[in-house]
Amino acid sequence: MSEQPIIRVRDLRKIYRVGEVEVHALRGVNLDVPRGEFLCVAGPSGSGKSTLFHILGGLLAPTSGTVLVDGHDLSRLSDSQRTALRRRMVGFVFQKFNLLPNLTAADNIAIARHIAGRSLDDDPWFRQVLDLLGIADRLHHKPSKLSGGEQQRVAIARAIVNHPAILLADEPTGNLDSQNSAAVLSILRDLNERLGQTILLITHDPVVASYAHRVVRMLDGRIVEGGS
Amino acid sequence: MINRLVLENLKHRPVRTALSILAIGIEVTMMLTLVGLSRGMLADVARRARGVGADIVVRPPGTSLIGLSSAPMSEKMVDFLRRQPHVTHAVGSMTHPLSGVTTITGVNLKEFDEISGGFKYLEGRPIRQRDEILVDNFYARQNNLRAGSTVHLLNRDWRVAGVVEEGKLARLVIPLDVLQDLTANPGKISQVWVKVDDPANVPKVIASLKRQLPNYPIYSMEELTSLISVNNVPGLRAFITVIIVLAIVVGFLVVFLSMYTAVLERTREIGILKALGASPLYILDILFRETALLALAGTVLGIVFSYGTRWIIMSWAPASLTQVVVPDWWGIAGAIALGGALLGASYPGWRAARQDPIEALAYE
Repeated sequence: MSEQPIIRVRDLRKIYRVGEVEVHALRGVNLDVPRGEFLCVAGPSGSGKSTLFHILGGLLAPTSGTVLVDGHDLSRLSDSQRTALRRRMVGFVFQKFNLLPNLTAADNIAIARHIAGRSLDDDPWFRQVLDLLGIADRLHHKPSKLSGGEQQRVAIARAIVNHPAILLADEPTGNLDSQNSAAVLSILRDLNERLGQTILLITHDPVVASYAHRVVRMLDGRIVEGGS
Repeated sequence: MINRLVLENLKHRPVRTALSILAIGIEVTMMLTLVGLSRGMLADVARRARGVGADIVVRPPGTSLIGLSSAPMSEKMVDFLRRQPHVTHAVGSMTHPLSGVTTITGVNLKEFDEISGGFKYLEGRPIRQRDEILVDNFYARQNNLRAGSTVHLLNRDWRVAGVVEEGKLARLVIPLDVLQDLTANPGKISQVWVKVDDPANVPKVIASLKRQLPNYPIYSMEELTSLISVNNVPGLRAFITVIIVLAIVVGFLVVFLSMYTAVLERTREIGILKALGASPLYILDILFRETALLALAGTVLGIVFSYGTRWIIMSWAPASLTQVVVPDWWGIAGAIALGGALLGASYPGWRAARQDPIEALAYE
């Protein structure tokens, strides 16, 4: 019997209400992501990929359908349960890095650990991650003193510090030059290959998509190519 | 970790932080100064009453303990009291309000010397003329007066006959009959100071007087000084409460605005924390810790400022106002400031805690 996928989405629908108008952001998405896969979700603006990202990350409740992440059905979780899920099971990497500007890089990583109720002390795995990311000597700088590439690497470190089941990256190279983009994508691929981290990356850039094992394309709230 | 974030957040906006601390500091200063002034001035009244050297004080019916009303009691009361068993001295005095809380006392100086041992003259000599006045050293310092100076009071000029050590009667003293004439109160006094032959007889004399003068407030000096407190001065407790409430409102509004601005400014950061899995309680915790730190710093500043106001008062108006330091109120003022500040941070905190992470992350 094959292993259960870490993400299983069935007939996922999301309807936003904007005034009197209903906006159908997702119209019945089905998706399986095996554990350890590096998956890219591609599609134009308005295709529903960000909504899918937010639902998988527990930031948004679905209107209907089933969303299983590592066996937990997100569609049945309350706000506080989704908050708890984000602490333990999901890591986010955003286009705009989203580091806390008043904290150093080290503290930006440590606060994710603190929110999850853990300490960074004596974690050899994390030292290994810092070496992999190449930011060990930049940890005591605040974000304003770091380049875009360094900030994004700090954001990646923060995203995986709690050993999440899935790493969600939303246009992680959108604010980087080509050199830093390549570096960040290589890091993501290394994390996937060397640490077995499941990664779901959203982009509309075919070059970025080429780093993934599989690409699914979305259009008008549906997966139109590469889905399960 | 949270504490580091809190400190960094406060350091990030130093002007806003400083202004919040200053506002809370002023709030605490207001409370400590007001309570210190109330206690200081009452203690001053009590000390100067004790300085007379009497054992009993008899006041007119229907008057309060430290009333500033002038002379509702007949001077004949002095002779009546002198005739009582065990009474060795009885001296009538008249207190007349001047401006603010400053009063002038009229007293028969010869009789007063007998009961109190007399004034200690730092400069000059006793009064010999009807246009002469005694001032105490605080009043002299505040008004740049020396023996021989002229001071204008009660619509006339007075020659300062002597500067006396403070601590007995009012800060300004003139002969009783002069004050009675000037205020059109001939034969009237404000209170009678009574001395008995043996302190052990004070209760007996008071009991006897109360029987004979049922409507007159009659106190031993111990009783009088113990009764001179904030609770026994009509309206003072209410006044203090009103000022404290105003101070709380000021602190509340400043912290409310400060935290409201901080929450708006940090919308995106709150979104980041929520995306990382921070619960609403975690967000509230951060804001409340920031607020508590502001309140703590403001309280310390307020305590320091209260020494400053005391120094200013004692330097510029020692004869008009007396402020004491009130360490027992430091904790109370701090707790009140903290309560007001936390109340002020509640709505911004509630807004922050319920912020939608997706909207917050999209905030520019």
